[in-house]
Amino acid sequence: MTEVSLQQVVKNYGQLEVVHSIDLEIKDSEFVVLVGPSGCGKSTTLRMIAGLEEISGGTIKIGDRIVNDLPPRDRNISMVFQNYALYPHMTVRDNLGFGLKIAKLPESEIGRRVDEAAEILGLGLYMDRLPAALSGGQRQRVAMGRAIVRKPDVFLFDEPLSNLDAKLRGQMRTEIKKLHKRVNNTIVYVTHDQVEAMTLADRIVIMRDGHIEQVGTPLDVFDNPANIFVASFIGSPPMNQLDGKVVGDEKSGLQIALADNIQIPVPTRAQKSVTKGQAIIVGIRPDDLTPVGHGMMDAGETVSFDLTVSISEPLGTETILFSSIGAKEVQGKMLNPRPIEGDERFTFNLSLDRVHLFDAESGMNVLGDQNG
Amino acid sequence: MSTQTKAIISWIVTFIVMLIITLPGLWVILSGFRPLQEILAKPAIWIPERLTLDNFMNIFGLGDNQIGIPVLAYFRNSIIVSVTSTAIAIIVGISGGYAFARYRFKFKDTLFLGLMLSRTVPGIALSLPVFILWARLGWIDTHFGLILVYVALNVPFTIWLIDGFFRQIPKELGEAAEVDGCTRWQAFWKIEFPLAKSGIASAGIFAFLTSWNEFALASNLTRSTNSKTLPVGLTDFIAQFTTDWAGMSAMAFIIIVPALILTFLVQKHLIAGLTFGGVKG
Repeated sequence: MTEVSLQQVVKNYGQLEVVHSIDLEIKDSEFVVLVGPSGCGKSTTLRMIAGLEEISGGTIKIGDRIVNDLPPRDRNISMVFQNYALYPHMTVRDNLGFGLKIAKLPESEIGRRVDEAAEILGLGLYMDRLPAALSGGQRQRVAMGRAIVRKPDVFLFDEPLSNLDAKLRGQMRTEIKKLHKRVNNTIVYVTHDQVEAMTLADRIVIMRDGHIEQVGTPLDVFDNPANIFVASFIGSPPMNQLDGKVVGDEKSGLQIALADNIQIPVPTRAQKSVTKGQAIIVGIRPDDLTPVGHGMMDAGETVSFDLTVSISEPLGTETILFSSIGAKEVQGKMLNPRPIEGDERFTFNLSLDRVHLFDAESGMNVLGDQNG
Repeated sequence: MSTQTKAIISWIVTFIVMLIITLPGLWVILSGFRPLQEILAKPAIWIPERLTLDNFMNIFGLGDNQIGIPVLAYFRNSIIVSVTSTAIAIIVGISGGYAFARYRFKFKDTLFLGLMLSRTVPGIALSLPVFILWARLGWIDTHFGLILVYVALNVPFTIWLIDGFFRQIPKELGEAAEVDGCTRWQAFWKIEFPLAKSGIASAGIFAFLTSWNEFALASNLTRSTNSKTLPVGLTDFIAQFTTDWAGMSAMAFIIIVPALILTFLVQKHLIAGLTFGGVKG
């Protein structure tokens, strides 16, 4: 049983505080992804778990042990680095077996475990090569193999796929997921790529400027973003953000006035959470803004208005439509697409059940953080 | 001009330059194996007519027409001084270079600049101050005195060179080793040190040759067979009225050979770029 627990962990570089008292509980054999823009403190957090950075305050526990002052070798973790960090003067076999050799395991055991890892990762043919003679994907595999031979309690991945081309990245993503199924270890994985985060994670931790913005399952953070940052960071194409104002009265039901005289009703679930006159940012995912007849079947409660589509990007199964409300660009999606030529006016259905409302001042979801 | 003519011209130019560089050395070596009469003959005898080992026999005191020179003692002194000072300069260079490459500490840049500036002082400018100091401390004509001077001369260079090599090694390699179960020391010793070997070897050769060949300071600080090194020993061949060019050349040959052998031995380690391939493609 290996949980990882961060309690009020702080990191300073001199005067500069880069990680501000974060709390995070990672369960046994859970796959947690730390995601955020560069400089958000996610890599620093990972390196603190690894013991490669000292913590300036708080407590880190791996399993039942407080590891604050333990060097990396005593934490029983393994780490895959962004640049792989393979030992250039050792063959693949020696790279894989290095940690076991340091741990003074018997030769036969080392051989067995190395062969096993090579088998899992399909490295059998390259065992006697030097890292320089391997392709990017192969190096990536060796780096992963080096992590698994040691049978650590926790795997740490620091942007392991960012040096690979798009196709290989997709492949390796699947392999990492398979690997997790197979070894079932606790994994902490850092990336700046929200797609990687969504596809791999059991739970996503979204970070910004050294704070944790939200923690939740991929669908959680997608469906109930705690604030405007999370909403804009998760999802592709990104969520549309429209400025609006709450109008109307209790009797006829509150409405939100957007630019271009478009008014949409406040969704039933949010009726009690907004007040008249409040400035609101309306978050609409392109998936929920679809031309009539080209939307999802279960759109639920909808509201319709007309928009002029100026640009369209056909992707095959769907087409991204670009329009505007006021000065803001708006993206919508057309399912079962048909060809569009030039500017064309469509009636769009907006799925009210999936509209997100954020307080314009604080940027917080008006419904609050539903994950606690 | 065709490529072929260009190639021929560059070959000829290279040949001439090499000739200018190597000829004096070759002449010295050749002279070591020729009788004095032939070396001094006028007009010069360019092609040796007779080669002999007499000069070597003579300086080792085995010949019959000359008193010997304590070559063995000089050789021993040279070896002791050069090897010890090189070893120290390398150890300090590795520690210092690694510290400058990996750690952050106060006055790091100033310290580094200071080390580099100390290199700008010509060695000979130090001879008088060092002589006075060493005389007071009683270090004249000792191995220790000479070793200390050479260490001081070589350390800034070895630190600078080795620092550069450690900088080329991504720090993630050491970190990966630490995660793999190494102590900080093991990570250095098993991963980073082997990768910086070529730099360390270059620094070593440089330090060794500097101490092995150094004449000016050694001639001030040494007096007798206690500490005289080979280059200083060469002056034994200069008497009031005569100079034994043949003997001097033979001894020059003795000085050159170990340096040449060492360079050839270490040469294969001088191939840089071993770090390639350890990190991203």
